[in-house]
Order: sequence, then C-alpha cells, then structure tokens
Amino acid sequence: MTWFHPHAVTRRADAGRLVVSLLFIVLAVTFFRIQVLGAYHYELESKSNRLRPVPVPAPRGLILDRNGVVLAENVPGYTIALMASDADSLRRVLEQVIAPIANLDSLRIANIIRRFRRAPHEPTIIRRDASFELVSALEESRVRIKRLVIEPQPKRSYPHGSAVAHVLGYVGEITEEELATDQFRGARGGTIVGRDGLERQYDATLRGRDGQRFIEVDALGRTVKHVQEDTIPAEQGDTLHTTLDIELQTFVEEAFPDGWRGAVVAMDPRTGGILALYSSPSYDPNLFVGGMDPEIWRSLSRAADNPLFNRAIEGRYAPASPFKLAVAASALRRGIVDFDSRMDVPCEGGMLYGNRYFRCWREEGHGELTLHEAILHSCDVYFYQLGLRITLADLLSDGAAMGFLDPAGIDLPDERTPIFPPSVAYYDERYGPRGWTSGVTLNLAIGQGEHSQTVINVVKFFAKLANPHGAAPEPRLVLDDASAEESSLGLTAEQLAGLREALVMVVEEGTAVGARLSELRIAGKTGTAQNPHGLPHGWFVGFAPAENPEIVVGAVVEFAEHGSSVAYLVTNIIQRHFFGPEVQPSPVIDYLLPSDSAPQPIRILPDSSLTSRTPAEVGVGGAAQPR
Amino acid sequence: MERHNLDKALVALVVVLMGVGLATLYSAGQTDVPSSVADIWKRQLIWIGLGVVGALAAFRFSPRLLEWVAPAFYGFAILLLIWTLFFGVGGGTASATKSWIGIFGVRLGQPAEVAKLATILMLARILGARRHPPAGIWEALPAGIVAGIPFALVALQPDLGSAIVFIAILFGALYWAGLKPSLLLLLLSPGISLLLSFSTWSWGIWIVCLTLFVLWMRPYILEGLSIWFANAITGAAALTLWERLQPYQQRRLLSFLDPDIDPRATGWHIIQSKIAVGSGGAFGVGYLEGTQKRLAFLPAQHTDFIYSVVGEELGFLGVLVTLSLFAAVIFVLLRVARKANDPFSSMVVAGVAIMLLTHTIVNIGMTIGLMPITGIPLPFFSYGGSFMLTCCISIGLVLRVSWEAHGLRHLNV
Repeated sequence: MTWFHPHAVTRRADAGRLVVSLLFIVLAVTFFRIQVLGAYHYELESKSNRLRPVPVPAPRGLILDRNGVVLAENVPGYTIALMASDADSLRRVLEQVIAPIANLDSLRIANIIRRFRRAPHEPTIIRRDASFELVSALEESRVRIKRLVIEPQPKRSYPHGSAVAHVLGYVGEITEEELATDQFRGARGGTIVGRDGLERQYDATLRGRDGQRFIEVDALGRTVKHVQEDTIPAEQGDTLHTTLDIELQTFVEEAFPDGWRGAVVAMDPRTGGILALYSSPSYDPNLFVGGMDPEIWRSLSRAADNPLFNRAIEGRYAPASPFKLAVAASALRRGIVDFDSRMDVPCEGGMLYGNRYFRCWREEGHGELTLHEAILHSCDVYFYQLGLRITLADLLSDGAAMGFLDPAGIDLPDERTPIFPPSVAYYDERYGPRGWTSGVTLNLAIGQGEHSQTVINVVKFFAKLANPHGAAPEPRLVLDDASAEESSLGLTAEQLAGLREALVMVVEEGTAVGARLSELRIAGKTGTAQNPHGLPHGWFVGFAPAENPEIVVGAVVEFAEHGSSVAYLVTNIIQRHFFGPEVQPSPVIDYLLPSDSAPQPIRILPDSSLTSRTPAEVGVGGAAQPR
Repeated sequence: MERHNLDKALVALVVVLMGVGLATLYSAGQTDVPSSVADIWKRQLIWIGLGVVGALAAFRFSPRLLEWVAPAFYGFAILLLIWTLFFGVGGGTASATKSWIGIFGVRLGQPAEVAKLATILMLARILGARRHPPAGIWEALPAGIVAGIPFALVALQPDLGSAIVFIAILFGALYWAGLKPSLLLLLLSPGISLLLSFSTWSWGIWIVCLTLFVLWMRPYILEGLSIWFANAITGAAALTLWERLQPYQQRRLLSFLDPDIDPRATGWHIIQSKIAVGSGGAFGVGYLEGTQKRLAFLPAQHTDFIYSVVGEELGFLGVLVTLSLFAAVIFVLLRVARKANDPFSSMVVAGVAIMLLTHTIVNIGMTIGLMPITGIPLPFFSYGGSFMLTCCISIGLVLRVSWEAHGLRHLNV
C-alpha cells in the first residue's frame, strides 16, 4: 500500500492531532499551575523583585521646659541626593555643577564618592541638612543635574543653642557599633539617634517609629519611581516634659562669667527637679545636626577648655568646705557634739598633729569656737579635731550613707561616680598598710584628700539639708513617679534647723557675707577646692528661702580660688529665680584674688615620713581656704 | 472542475497571530528604562510586509515547479550555511554564535532559517518520490543525510537549538512518510541513550531495555546491531561530548534541570520568566502594564522570552487564547497535508507543520521551564526578519497546496 493512501494519511493525521493536542494540553496545564495556582506566590516574588523598602524617618519628639517652652524641635530640612550611573559621571556633576552651588570642597567630594561606591544603586546623599536656599538654587539647575533627589527630612533644631547644650545633648547618625547595642534597639542604619544629654538618655522615647515606603527598582537595582501603595507613615516620638526652667537656664548662661570654666546646677529640693544645669564653656548643639563639619568637630573636641565636657555631672572637684556640713551632721547624729560644743585646741592659725602642723585657712586663727561658729567661719582647726573625734572609719561610713560614695543618679548619661574612700582599707590598698597616717582624717574632715565630688552630687546633699525631713529625691530632668526618696541624714529637726541657721549666718555675716540679699534669707556654704594641677576652684552651694527652701543652687568656678566670689553668682541666680526677669546678671566680679597660696601642712620633724608619705605630699590636697 | 478556494481559516489565524505578536512586541519595547528594543516593532512591521510579499510570491509557485527547483534550493542553502561557518557574524541576542551572513558589516539574515525551508522541500522531494514507506532504517538513510547535513552545519555554528529543529523536521517527515513508530523509536534511541548517560545506572537500564526491544522487534540484524552500537557509542561518548559543549550551553542545560543552581546568571532567565508569567495570574496585569517586563527583569523579552510578556500582561486567559491559535494553525496544516493532491505537496505541508510545532512548543515550554533554554524564536511573535520571512513563505506554500487541493479533489475523505 502506498504511504499516500488517503486512509493511511488520515490515520497518521489523527494520531498527529492527538500528539499535538497532548503537547498543547501539557503547556496549558503547566501555565495553569503557574498562573492560577501559583499566582499568589509569583505575585509576591514579583513584588519583592521590584519593590525596595525605604525607611521614612520619624520626627523626634519635642523637648519642653517646665512651662512648655520648646527646647528641641524639628524644622523642615532637606536631604540632597544624587543617583549616578558611575563614579566618574558623579564626580563630574559634583565638581562642575553642584560644588559651586553647595560649596563642596575636594574632601567632601571624595567622601561622597566613597559613599556612592558603597551603595551604587541607591541615591547617594550629598547633604543631609540642606537649607531652603540651597535647595532652590539646586532646583534651578535641575536641567543640568538630571537625577537629583531632594527629600524633605525633619531636622533637629535647638532654639536656645548653647544655653542648654549639656542638658539636651545633640543628635547624630547611628554608628555601626551602636546598631549592635541594646540602647538603640529598633534603630536601623541611617537612623538619627541621641548622642548626648537628654537626647541620648530618652532616645527610645524621643525617637518615634520610622515609617516605610517603597521604591520601584529595575533589574539593575536602579530606582524608577516612588510607590504609594503599602506606605506606613512615620510616628513622631513622644514629647519630653522636663523640669528645666529655660528662663533661669539662659540667665545662668548670661550670669556665668565669660571665659571661665565651671558648672551650675539649680534644683528644686522638694521634687529633685532640675531647674537649671549649665556647664561652661558650652557649645552650639545645632552644629551637630546633619553631620558635623569635621573641622568644627576637631576644634570642639581638641579645645583646651573641652566644651563637650559636662562639668556639672562629669567634672569632679574636691568638695572642700561644703563637706564640713557632712562632718558636722555626722558628729551631731552620733551625739559627739552639739552646736555649742568647743574643741580642745582653740584655733591659732593651725594645729599640730603627729609630726606636722596643719594650718587653718586664717593664719591669725579663729580662737575658741562653738560648732555653730566653726561652720560660720569655716574654721579648719575645729573640723580637724571634729574629724578625729568621729574617727576615720565612722567618717567614711557616714559619708557613704549620706551619698558621697555614689552618683547622684540624675537622668543624664555619663554622670561620674564621685571619688570617696569606701573604707579604711582603701588607704591600705593605695599606700600600703603602713604607708599612711591618720593625718588623712584631718584632710578628709575639711573636704580635701582622696575625695572629689560632682556638682550635682553636692547639690543633692544640700537638698537633704534643705528639706525639713533631711532627705531628698534623686535629681531629675524628667520627673517620673518612680523616683524613690533617698535615705535620710538621720538628724533631728532641731539639728537640721541648727545647721540651716548656721548656713544662713554664713551668708549673713560669715564667709559669704558679700553675697547676701536684703530681701531673701539665703543659706549657703563657700568652699575652695585645692587643685593639684594649678589654682584652686571656688565653690558655693546655697538654698533659699532658708526657712522653707524651694531651690538649691550649687556652682563651681574653676581657678576662681574663692567660694565667696562664686557666692555672688549663686545668689544672683537665686534672686532671678524668685524675683523674675527684672533681675539682671550682676556685673562680673573679680573671681581671682591675689597672692593666696594654699596652706600645706608644715612638717615639724625630719621624720620617718620620708618613707611614709602623707596623701598631701602625694599631691591630692591640703587644707581648705574658704572666705 | 471545482472552483479554487483560498484557505480563509488559515489566513485568518495567521493574521490574528501576527497581530497579537506585533502588539506583544510593541509592549515588550515599552520599558521604564529606555532600551534599544523600544522601536523594534516598527522594524518587525517592515519584515511582516516583506513576509506578505514573500508569501504572495510563494503562492505563485506551483508544487511541480517547487519539486523541480528543490535540489538547487537545497544546495544553495547548504552553500550559504558553509559560507556562514567561515564568514558568519554574531548578532542580536545570541552574539556569541556566528549565525549571520553579512556583507560589509550589514547583517542580511540567518541562513539556518532558509535551510529549514530548503530541508523541508528536499525531504518532500525524496520521500514524496517513494511509493512505499521506508521499510527499514537503511531506506530512511537518504532522508537522514538530507537533514543531517544542515543539522551538522548549524550545530557547528554553534547553534544547537536551531540544529535540533532539523532533527525534528526529519522525524516529522519520516513519520508522515509512514515509517513505523517502532523504527522511529529505534532511530531516536541513540539520543535517549545520550540523555540517560548522566548516570551509569539509568544508562545500564536503558541498554537492557533497548536490547530486549530490538530482540522483540527483530529488525534486520545489521540494523539492530548498528542501532545497538550507536547507543553504546553515544552513551560512552557522552562525557566527551559534554566537555565539548560551550560553557554557556552546559549552564543552560544544568539550569534547566535546576534553575536555582545559578539564580543570578543562567537560572535567572528561567526564574524571572516564571515570576513574570506567574504574577500575571488568571487575567494578567494588563496590556503594557507588566512590571517584570517594564523593569527589565525579563531577559530577551523581544525574542526568546516574548511569550513571558503575554503570560504576564494577558494572564492565563491570554495564554489559553494564543495557545489555541497556535494549535489551530497546526490542525489546519494537518488538514491541508491530509487533503493535498500529491505526496510532495502533502510532505511540504507536514514539514511546515512540524517546524512551526517544534518552534512553538520549545519556545513556550522554555518560558515556563519545561524546556531548556535553546533560544529558538516563537513563530509570528519573536522579533527576527529571517524567521518571519521563512514562516510567511511557508504559509504561502501551504496556501497554494490548499488552493490546489480544493480544485482537484479526486477523493473525498
């Protein structure tokens, strides 16, 4: 039979049709599986293919003072970015078009190109905090810069600038190391986080929640357009209500002598709320926003007066005469003395102890004094003997109980722990069991020796003296319900009243007599901290009104030598607090008085102390010299 | 004598396919990132115009004239392929392959496409001249040589995908000429042996099965032995052959088996094509709206993977419609082949049918991972002048055969 017989051909055609049908059915079934049954899966794949999530930065929460005045806010800022195909074309656009407008130097251009190489398919950020002027100038040349991306981004702003720098801190882009830490849980690369101060302490509260939106990218990862769908809006961080009084704070900045270093802390003793906290010199936190100019950073971080250092909580100074109140409190509590007690040795400008002559700050001496008078005149000889009566071990344990061993606990990062010997063993460890004499007790009793305190911690101690029950809460910039009362000083109401009365007399007729206000009874204590590195620092810690204190102010001025000059500053601040804006910063007083060498103990005998040195000789301190 | 009739169904089907194909090609050019294929549909339109002219010209050729001219045409096509092997240039989406003929740097066309048509005609001439189907493999040898020469020449370019089309045409023609299916299977067995040689076990089982099959079939002893030895040789030579493949061919075959071997490179094509097709869903994302295509995730979306654009934008519905159109064309061709006046004409139409079928199944199967990536175009859809021209001329020839069959129908079956 021929192969072309119609029947044979028809048979083969039928079989062929069957095979063809089968082939097409296999195709159709496979398409059905992929397109209908697998549609959801492949749709997701297609989305993750082309959509890239981009975080929408959340505006940080506001920071307000006690009266609702804005201390930190967000202003419209712009991020300028550029999408480039390669480094060469990016460099060309940067150098020829953008550099003249945005004022970029070659270092910045190199930085931008490095950033591009790290993520070549994302828009390369050129400036984070561009001004509106710069943005409009760039918009005008958009024809020449085709792939310019300008995005609004909230920018942190501190309207009061340097006045509150050490309280607020500043913000900056999170670093790789910080991303790994718990402190910044929930942050991602590029997030703006608090770098210092309240911004850092309450970062989790202030940061808010970043939103998310999507950009569509092509197969090479180049951004094609923004997508509206699935956008999650950003949530602003919570507002922080602080206890700060910005008017008092700016007054402190104005009143603080220009060019001097030091710190002021003003606190409400009843609540622990900080009214003002200032460290001089300060800096403008606005400089840090949007990435700091490396040159400014260098000048700030390397400056000799170290403006980034918060002297109110990080600076440690010998507490000097203000510590005499702690010695008095310890002796009163232990029943060793009362306010009329006199010491065995009257002050004749110094006293002999061991083989050394420990001097009083007043060479001519104070004569025979009661405790009340000793506080009033800050007589060193009286407190030398009081310290010896308490004994070193008890003095140390009482000091620790009064809070001199621990940080004040303010809600700011980086508060330093004071230096205070926890026990007698401390001296054994430091100098060897026979390497020290009980002369250390004398130094300790007048607030010198191996002892230094932060301003905030001394203010906290004075808040305890100021409060009727002899206790004070932890200092707080943001009040929360949880702040527990501190342990009390353990004094009776009469003892506390006696101490307060003595402190009033300090200002009325004692060492700070020049700083008294006729309209307000202020209690306070001056101090001169011996400084092993140079001239002494001046202290004044005071509270007012003396009967029912509402404010405690402590101040240290470095190299001011005399607490009595600092007293003017403090009473001025107290005055401002009570009498409002008509109080002007008092004219700058000469904080430096001439020719007043610190009285070191004089060695009487050429003795064994050549091998057993006293701490004083090691260079930690000598005696106080209050006025 | 009855009136001659134009096969309106075939014309309509082809016109609709060309229209959908051109629209898809236009869509494939609409990407967010401007590319060189944006305006390619205009050039395709010119090729369609040329194709219509070619189809009209082919329609003017009587089958007798074609049968007479076939050897010369075949010889010319072989010469072109040899020329290409020495002076060919690369181009398009397969630039590594020297498959183009060019004069002074201007690419004229791909001789492999012309050779497909020539091979169909030549096979029709030698098989159509036979009264009886080839009784054994020896009798099928001339046909094998006719298809084998262009196969080898194209495979040497190297363009294995196009070369395999010649094998498909050969088998289709032998089937149409009445070769027994068991013999076809025997002919195919060395290829199966090659595929199964990846593992000693599968190949061993295959050889045992083949031996039993040959013993049961009892062909001529010489035939049986040579088939058996051919299987043994291909199995043994598989490794050598594998090593002689170009690295890109190896990768394509491997990623056909598992696209995730190399998801950013070769497997990328299959993965992205499946994502495009799958995200189309039942009704598609809408014409011109395909995001995979728009964002250039689809590779070679105007040639090899054009059907992915159909899948993404028109969905399963669009796929069903176009698949039906392709199937309908093949069915019409089978009908024409069946009703043709003479063996030669019938053979030509069957050859055209098997060529179009191979291209369609392999190309579409490739977009959903059923077939390895071979880079052969989809008739009437993929951009490409030579192939469009070849398809149009083939359809012209088929229309002529159909036209004549209506006129001289002597048996109504």
